[in-house]
Amino acid sequence: MQRFLVRRFFLMIITLLAVSMIIFVMARVGGDPRSLLLDDHATQEQWELLGEELGLDKPLYHQYAIFMGGVLRGDFGESISQRRPVLEVVAEKIPATLQLGGAAFLLALIVGIPLGVMSAVMRGSILDQVGRAVALIGQAAPSFWLGIMFIFFFAVYLGWVPPSGRQDWNSFVLPTITLAWGGFLAGSLRLMRSAMLDTLDTEYIKLARAKGLPGRAIIWKHAFRNALIPPLTLAGVSMPAILTGSITTELVFAWPGMGQLAVQALWSSDYPLIQGLTIMFTLGYVFIALLVDILYAYIDPRIRYL
Amino acid sequence: MANATVLAPSQPVIVRALKAISRWRRPVLIIPVFILTLVVVAGITADWISPYDPEVGDPNHRLQPGFWAYEPVPPVIVTKEVVAVISPSDIEKQKTQITEFNARQIDPNAVIGDKLDVVVREGIDTLYILGTDHLGRDLFTRIIYGARVSLVMAGLTLAVGGTMGTVLGLTAGWHGGWVDEVVMRMVDIILALPLILVALVLVVALGPSFQLIIVIMAIAIWPLFTRVTRGEVLRVKTADYVALARVAGAGTIRIMIVHILPGIANSVIVVATLLVGVVILLEAALSFLGAGVPPPTPAWGSMLSEGRDRIAIAWWISTLPGLAIFMTVLSLNLFGDWLRDALDPRLRQLE
Repeated sequence: MQRFLVRRFFLMIITLLAVSMIIFVMARVGGDPRSLLLDDHATQEQWELLGEELGLDKPLYHQYAIFMGGVLRGDFGESISQRRPVLEVVAEKIPATLQLGGAAFLLALIVGIPLGVMSAVMRGSILDQVGRAVALIGQAAPSFWLGIMFIFFFAVYLGWVPPSGRQDWNSFVLPTITLAWGGFLAGSLRLMRSAMLDTLDTEYIKLARAKGLPGRAIIWKHAFRNALIPPLTLAGVSMPAILTGSITTELVFAWPGMGQLAVQALWSSDYPLIQGLTIMFTLGYVFIALLVDILYAYIDPRIRYL
Repeated sequence: MANATVLAPSQPVIVRALKAISRWRRPVLIIPVFILTLVVVAGITADWISPYDPEVGDPNHRLQPGFWAYEPVPPVIVTKEVVAVISPSDIEKQKTQITEFNARQIDPNAVIGDKLDVVVREGIDTLYILGTDHLGRDLFTRIIYGARVSLVMAGLTLAVGGTMGTVLGLTAGWHGGWVDEVVMRMVDIILALPLILVALVLVVALGPSFQLIIVIMAIAIWPLFTRVTRGEVLRVKTADYVALARVAGAGTIRIMIVHILPGIANSVIVVATLLVGVVILLEAALSFLGAGVPPPTPAWGSMLSEGRDRIAIAWWISTLPGLAIFMTVLSLNLFGDWLRDALDPRLRQLE
C-alpha cells in the first residue's frame, strides 16, 4: 500500500515538473521570453524590469529555478489581456468550472452506472440497445458538436432553456448533459456493462442462484459491488477527459470558467495566462487522480501489493 | 451426358465483395465500411468531384441553404428605367431602375431615360447541395476537402506516433531493466498531462501550424502503442522460435524485425485502427478552439466553430461538418471493434 502510494505521489510530482519544464522551454524556444510575456505596448522600463525578474542574464538552470520559485509562491506573472495577476484572474473562474465538472461527473455516474448494470442484466433487450446507442454516440460525436445541436434544438427551436451563460439552475442543464455525454458517461456505461457481465458469469453468482436467492439480491448485493471497481478506476482516469472536455463545452455555452479563460488566452496570445492555467489545471487533476488512487486501493485490497 | 461446366462467378466483383463483408460476424458492418470508403474516396478525389473552390467564396451567395430549400423561380421580364446611378444599398430602386452602364451591356444603344426589358431571376439561382457558409463558400466542397485534411492529419499522426511508440515499446520490452523503467515512466507522464492545455501552450508560444498539430497529436498517442507493444514483446520474447533465432546467430535488430514484429503486428494494427477516431476527434477539438490548422484551410473542427454563432440563422454550417465527424468516427469505432475481435480479442482489456 505504502509503496503504491509513494509511487503515485512521485508520478504526480514528476508530471508537474514535466509541465513546468514544457512551459519554461516553450517561452524560450522562440528567443526572448519577454516577447511572449509582455504585450507590444510595453515600455523599455517594463522590458528591463521583467528581464531582471526572470534573471535573463543568468544561466538557464538558474532561470528555471527563479521560474519555479515564482510558481511555488503562486506568482504566474501578469495576464497580458486583463492586466491583472494571473492567479487572481484564474481563481475567480475556478468555482464555475468545478460546479459544471462536478455536475457532469454526477450525472454520468447516476445515468451510466445503473444503465450499465441493467444493460448487462437484460442483455439484448431494448434497454441494452439504448445503452449501446448512448455509449456509441458519446464516444464518436464531438462533445462541442453535441452542445451546439442541443442549443439549436432545445434553446433556439423549443426555447426551453437559455442557450448560454450561467444564471439559474436551468442554464446548467445543457452544458452538464454535453460534458457528461461527451466525457465519462459512455466509458462508465460500457465498462459497467462488461464488468457486470463478467461478474454474473462467475462461480459464486451461480452458487447464489443455486441457493435460490432472489434475483435482485444477487444483482445488487453480490454482483454489483464486485463489478464496481473498473468503473471507479475509470472515474479517476477520466478526470483529464472531463477537464479538457470542459474547455470546449465552456466555449460553446459561454460558461464563465477556466476552460473559457483558456480559449481567451489562446485567442489573445496571452502566454502568462495560459501557463498559469495549465499549471493549475495539472495540479488540480493530478491531485484528484491521486485521491482516486487512494480510494481505489482502499476498495480493492489487491492493488496494495502492486 | 455429364455436364463439365466450369463454375464461373455469376456476379460482379463488387456484389461478391459486399456479400463477403455481410458474411462476417456483424452484418451491420456494411454501413461503416461503406461510409469509410466514401470518406476516403471523397478525400482523395476532392479536386475532381467538388464544383467550387474550398477557400474562396461567392459573396453574393452567403448563408444560402442547400437542396432542402431549393426552389428555382422561373425568370420574369421586367421593364426598367435607365438612369445614371443607383445606390448599391437601395434595393427598392434596383427593382425598377437600371444604370446606364449595365443597360449598355444588354442594349448598346440604351440612353438615360429609356425603358428597357430585363430578364430577372428572383430567389435562389445557384444550387449549393449543402448550402454555403458566411463567406459564400460551398459547404459540400469544404466538407470533402475537410475529409482530406482529417485523413492526412490522422495518417501522418499515426505514422509518426505509431512508429515512435512501437520502436520504444519494442526496445523497452526487449531490453527490460532501466530502459524499460525510463520508457514506461515517460508513458505514465504523457498519459497524465492535460493534453489540450499543453497543446494550447505550444500554439501560443510557436503559433498554429500543420506540423505543430501533428507533433502534438503524435506525442499524445505514442504511449498507447508503447504499452501494447511492450506487453506483446514480453509475451513473445521467451518463445522458442526467438531463442532458436538467437542460437542461429541472428542479431538483436534482425530478431526484432523478422521474428518479433510480425508476431505483434496484429495488435499494433488494431490499436492504430481504434486510434484513428481518437485522433480525428482530437484534431477537430483543436481546430474548433482555433489551435488547429490555420484558416482558410477547411478542417471539420474549424468549420463547426464558424457556424456556431450562426446556428439560429444557418444551422447547416455547424451541423453538417459535425455530422461528418460523427459518422466517420462512429464507423471507425465499429470497424475497429470488429477488427479487434477478429484479430486480437485479448486487446478487449484495453478499454
